[in-house]
Amino acid sequence: MKVLIPVKRVIDANIKVRVKGDQSGVETSNVKMAMNPFCEIAVEEAVRMKESGAAEEVIAVTVGPSQSQETLRTALAMGADRAILIETDEVLEPLSVAKLLKVVVGNETPGMVIMGKQAIDGDNNQTGQMLAALLGWSQGTFVSKIDGAGATTNVTREVDAGLETVTLKMPAVVTVDLRLNEPRYASLPNIMKAKKKPMETVTPADLGVDMTPRVTVLKVTEPPARDAGVKVADVAQLVDKLRNEAKVI
Amino acid sequence: MSILVVAEHDKSTLASATYNAVAAAAQLSGDIHLLIAGSGTGSVAEAAAKTPGVTKVLNADAAEYAHDIAENIAPLLVQVAPGYSHVLAAATTFGKNVMPRAAALLDVQQISEISGIESDDTFVRPVYAGNAMATVQSSDSVKLITVRTTAFEAVAAEGGSAEIEAISGTGDAGLSTFVSQDISQSDRPELTTARIVISGGRGMKSGENFPLLESVADKLNAAVGASRAAVDAGYVSNDFQVGQTGKVVAPDLYIAVGISGAIQHLAGMKDSKIIVAINNDEEAPIFQVADYGLVSDLFDALPALDKELG
Repeated sequence: MKVLIPVKRVIDANIKVRVKGDQSGVETSNVKMAMNPFCEIAVEEAVRMKESGAAEEVIAVTVGPSQSQETLRTALAMGADRAILIETDEVLEPLSVAKLLKVVVGNETPGMVIMGKQAIDGDNNQTGQMLAALLGWSQGTFVSKIDGAGATTNVTREVDAGLETVTLKMPAVVTVDLRLNEPRYASLPNIMKAKKKPMETVTPADLGVDMTPRVTVLKVTEPPARDAGVKVADVAQLVDKLRNEAKVI
Repeated sequence: MSILVVAEHDKSTLASATYNAVAAAAQLSGDIHLLIAGSGTGSVAEAAAKTPGVTKVLNADAAEYAHDIAENIAPLLVQVAPGYSHVLAAATTFGKNVMPRAAALLDVQQISEISGIESDDTFVRPVYAGNAMATVQSSDSVKLITVRTTAFEAVAAEGGSAEIEAISGTGDAGLSTFVSQDISQSDRPELTTARIVISGGRGMKSGENFPLLESVADKLNAAVGASRAAVDAGYVSNDFQVGQTGKVVAPDLYIAVGISGAIQHLAGMKDSKIIVAINNDEEAPIFQVADYGLVSDLFDALPALDKELG
């Protein structure tokens, strides 16, 4: 079976984001970009499936500006076989991204789509569920274990109360959580090899998808700041402050 | 137009998060209806009817809704949503799983995890793990929204008297089936609703040291939480995790023990009223948000705290 891995280019998770002075968004020029950490986990899982023989081909896909090629090259260096860039400078909303991915799924006919549960920029946590809905496929969200890939697959989901196991009828969309695996670092030889792997570029218009946003961002502002308080000398003083000053215990 | 809140429940009572979602709905214009989907929901529908401000409870009691399978519940939302201006659910793992599926079927761009309501079509939501706040306006005719529970103080569970209307099920989609649940059992308060939370991080060094934390928790009637580092290291299970990708909490008192204060963790607790940090590293970023900081080895401080609380 083929496995499709949608990935996203975001501001590197280790960079502190800065809100722009004109409140139009966050500063992205001259800021280090990287693959969304949840997408790395999805790539790793798909590559492991290929290594174990459960998957025959791993296809990475992204939606974004031409620089998103770098993110696809990272996926290829980690072990994906080929890549598709859906190139656009439009605002990316989960619904329109899911519509684009639906067309790619129709063209590529993967047996499973594995993707991050959310991207750390918009924090929407929607695209996988939306893609599953548009395809009429089963969805396994916030997954920390994938077990088997035949006519059905069992996945373990991280839910608020603990863990839940569900059986998904295949094909399925799986969105991954942090504890599914530990993504590998691409080795230098694999980074070199990745440069020669095939990458196709298409546009939303080629795929017949309207990218008109449904949501207008009116402004982006700094969150309310929280001031550092005081240091206490010892536990006795801490308990005294909590009892008599903050009155919370 | 009315507002529909998708309830989360255990067949006898509504989840506390649903009362937060109703509080958000109360800031919009229109009557509030609650949707209960489940199997054997008669008594929870009656409990839901007592929620203040709710005028109608839609009770979808059918076998296909027994295990909160998104593929089964989403078609129900698609069927009822067109009669409403807004459909809200709490941003729990239930809401996050079900709502986007319904939104896509309705061709609606969902607004995730709102923390503020400016008007019926304009909402505030955290992005970049809460490092920026976006004010967004939706142009969809029905607005599907998930609600950050800590941003809206829960309404009471009693005081209302809504009518209950039974609605029929939409059938089993035949896609996903429930197998099992592995739920942590605890006599302590639930993490997301506890008045006091005490969390341990990588500084705890091992899951075997968590009883030090639990003993203090029991004296304060507090819930126990953990940082992502502690969960990833296997000290405690995933349902303890406080942070951007775990649970978001805002108790009256949050005590962070052996937690450095990664952005990811701060996103899950920085709206707490009082924050206490106990860490042996004076430079740990957690001290920048703490009201009271104690620079100390936690293996000295926790037993001392336990003793001080008697």
